Amino acid sequence: MTTPTPARPEATEPVLEVRDLHVRFAGRLGLGAGLAGKKATESRAVDGVDLQLYPGEVLALAGESGCGKTTLARTIMGLEPPKQGEIRFEGKPLGKSTKLLREYRRRVQMVFQDPTAALNPRQTIYESIAEGLRVHGISRGPNGETEEQLVALALSRAGMRPPERFFLNYPHELSGGQRQRVVIAGALVLDPEIIVADEPVSSLDASVRGEILKLLLGLRNELNIAMLVVTHDLGLAWTIADRVAVMYLGRIVEIGPAEDVLTRPLHPYTKALLEVVPEAGGIDRPFLAGEPPDPTRIPEGCRFNPRCPEVASGEAAAAGVLDACQSQDLGLGELRPGHFAACHLRARETPDDPA
Amino acid sequence: MSVLSTRDLTVSYHTQAGPVPAVRGVDLEVNTGEVLGLAGESGCGKSTIVNAVLRLLPPKTEVTGEVLLNGEDVLAMKAGRLRAVRWSAISVVFQGAMHAMNPVQRIGDQIAEAIVLHTKAGEKEAQVRAGALLEQVGLPPRRLRDYPHELSGGQKQRVMIAMALACGPDLVIADEPTTALDVMVQAQVLQLLKELQRELGLAMLFITHDLSVLVEVSDRLAIMYAGKIVEEGPAVAVFQDPRHPYTRALSGAFPQIGDRTFRMAPSGLPGDPPFPGNVPSGCSFHPRCPLAFEECPTIDPDLYVAGDGRRAACLLVKRGDPVEAAH
Amino acid sequence: MWGLGILVFFILVAVFAPLISNEATMDPTCPCTGDPLEPPSSEFWFGTDNLGRSVYTMTVWGARISLTVGLAATLISMAIGALVGITAGYYGGRLESGLMRLTDWFLVLPWLALAIVLASVLGRSLAIIILVIGITSWPGTARVVRAQSLSVKTRPYVERSRALGASNWHLISRHILPNVGPLIFANTILTVAIAILSESTLAFLGLGDPLSVSWGTMLDFAFSAGAATTGIWWWLLPPGLAIVFVVLAFTMCGFALDEILNPKLRER
Repeated sequence: MTTPTPARPEATEPVLEVRDLHVRFAGRLGLGAGLAGKKATESRAVDGVDLQLYPGEVLALAGESGCGKTTLARTIMGLEPPKQGEIRFEGKPLGKSTKLLREYRRRVQMVFQDPTAALNPRQTIYESIAEGLRVHGISRGPNGETEEQLVALALSRAGMRPPERFFLNYPHELSGGQRQRVVIAGALVLDPEIIVADEPVSSLDASVRGEILKLLLGLRNELNIAMLVVTHDLGLAWTIADRVAVMYLGRIVEIGPAEDVLTRPLHPYTKALLEVVPEAGGIDRPFLAGEPPDPTRIPEGCRFNPRCPEVASGEAAAAGVLDACQSQDLGLGELRPGHFAACHLRARETPDDPA
Repeated sequence: MSVLSTRDLTVSYHTQAGPVPAVRGVDLEVNTGEVLGLAGESGCGKSTIVNAVLRLLPPKTEVTGEVLLNGEDVLAMKAGRLRAVRWSAISVVFQGAMHAMNPVQRIGDQIAEAIVLHTKAGEKEAQVRAGALLEQVGLPPRRLRDYPHELSGGQKQRVMIAMALACGPDLVIADEPTTALDVMVQAQVLQLLKELQRELGLAMLFITHDLSVLVEVSDRLAIMYAGKIVEEGPAVAVFQDPRHPYTRALSGAFPQIGDRTFRMAPSGLPGDPPFPGNVPSGCSFHPRCPLAFEECPTIDPDLYVAGDGRRAACLLVKRGDPVEAAH
Repeated sequence: MWGLGILVFFILVAVFAPLISNEATMDPTCPCTGDPLEPPSSEFWFGTDNLGRSVYTMTVWGARISLTVGLAATLISMAIGALVGITAGYYGGRLESGLMRLTDWFLVLPWLALAIVLASVLGRSLAIIILVIGITSWPGTARVVRAQSLSVKTRPYVERSRALGASNWHLISRHILPNVGPLIFANTILTVAIAILSESTLAFLGLGDPLSVSWGTMLDFAFSAGAATTGIWWWLLPPGLAIVFVVLAFTMCGFALDEILNPKLRER
């Protein structure tokens, strides 16, 4: 598999790379089932993911719930242990040296979905932000700044000005938007290369979201921070992403430049997701039947085949790939330059066919 | 024909710090067979309106104005009449409805309960009707015997819709019915709601913060801010050609995929929506408004005519925009 | 507020016992004691017991024993309970299972039987009482603390700290403990109430130190002397009411404590 073309041509080496990552969660057994000798069903939350993140790019990780995007983000942050696979930071694999791990923990930061829950209600804003510095034993900045100056700088970069005014506030004294800025400041204070944002605006009021997204884009533009944004909202991806990766049942099924993936999607699942985005004019459009996928029961062959409209409509059969769809699992193929999809049918067609 | 109509509805909560006005003079109208969408963010008062219409507000709350249901003033109804009207004339599909079901009661019993309470039907007949309702919402009748935890989120929401329809109401209020659902399931539920509404000729008040969902489902839209309606009109027109600066900003938060003007250009408003009790003077939107001018902090605008069947509460509209003023 | 007031009152009583009462009136050999079983009078405010000792004095001095035993036993209980609870809740896995089994074992231990056994084997003394109460009341605290630790551990702000690279020690001391702390305190206060009641019970059953005067021993002697049936209310009422008020006071304080320590509730 060839490396996808990065969005920014100056950068050719990924700052973060994930290879063949697998994350499993053990299921739970009821007492009766356990006594009867049944095995707990395992949930294959992340089932073989390869991903590259380039310096200064915004990569959106999209999909429904259960697709594994949050688990992938959390595993990258070190909050979940992978069953298999490798994470490489600046070309070096993690897990070999604790020194590298500490470095990694400083330069890769996370922004959480619910800013209210992400802040300790008993800590002041100052303490919440300074925590990062204290955990890493940083008492002076690169130019000799004190801890207080570093915290103030982070707050003002996150748009909270004048920063000193907020030092002694508690989270419940701030609005939702302000809390999220504090969380972002907490990430910025360590001068990261990468920010992993898990649904950064979905719990905020709609009119406030734009400002937070503007802030994130601004940070990318000014500080060249790469961002992995996990979201279920394709509109958000359209607004700020350079590239979009669509996940389904633990795998990336399509990845490529945002404009391509969102206006000329290759994978049938991506198409289905785009079709259900609400828009003016009514809802008489086709959508996928059935419930969101279950990571404890991954189908054979292409994992999307039971719900795939191309299978249901007979297109797959007509093109002679139905057998492959139902029995052969497959990875991403570069079907257009820089645009990858895991689909037997699309792989058959030439890249320039109208998708 | 108007099913629900409010005139100058004002609701003030009673707090230790004094009365807090959550709804400040709202005129709404929902007609038979029509879907009115009500959009707004936290603190705008939309959930208060639902509670006011059903008279579910806490005891010391001050409510003035009129709420007419099929011509009758709900606020003046006696307790007996009110109980009769609740659910049989108006029903609600609540936010977080998945958690509104009794976990130790089968869903068939829960639906039947509503029927038995409001109609002359006996237990057996109610069960039969419950089965028919389940079919209407796309679930097989055998699921009557299931407990809530055996259903998925989308299925539970369908059950809530079935419950709402159980007594054949004239008006259904849907308060954030799809917020907690996945996009795919959300589309299914929305389509179901729209189909049922059309089939049964229901009047529907659809409340949500998600403007794009509203535009899909509603015939007319009303946008709320700080306890008042700031714009109303035909849904598509309001969304695509807003007349109030707040509506314009709000619709910017729901970009059209494929529209290049939205790429790398997130737009939002500074500040936060005001809390009731902390409403700015004059036009409550002026601190965040990109088009505010010197009169805005002093005059609280009424809803001025802003086009065909459209109104907006903005001094710019009153001044006479380049946009044509209608009759 | 009331709870705190009552508590302070009793603590002051205990501390200033020698100043507000004549210790000698507890000694039955002293001529300053009165006639046996005298009802309350101006000389002996609470009357006298069957040995002529001043009930008032004994109640006042009894406060020292009851409060001391209660606090000491609770300190032991809280220390063990918090340690076990936080360790089990935070680390999980086999450590948690092991610790919780240990907790369950101690939970079902019949403390009364244990007290009797220990008292007969090791002799009757205050130390034994404190020990017995301490090692039989920690499981309650441990379970509550473990549950809270588990809940706090999964909260997003703790995860954020983990994502920042914080060590286990940092997470426990900076995040888990402050958020579990108030619960431990509230639980502690309630445990003191139970400890005092337990001490009274054990003393009442004759397992206490026969040489020291506590409210429990007073009740024991009173019942043995048949005070309940012969209507010698002044011997029963003071120690009984004292126990009730102290336990009530501790309980009220326990409830009020979290409100003080939680910044969100502080404003209201």
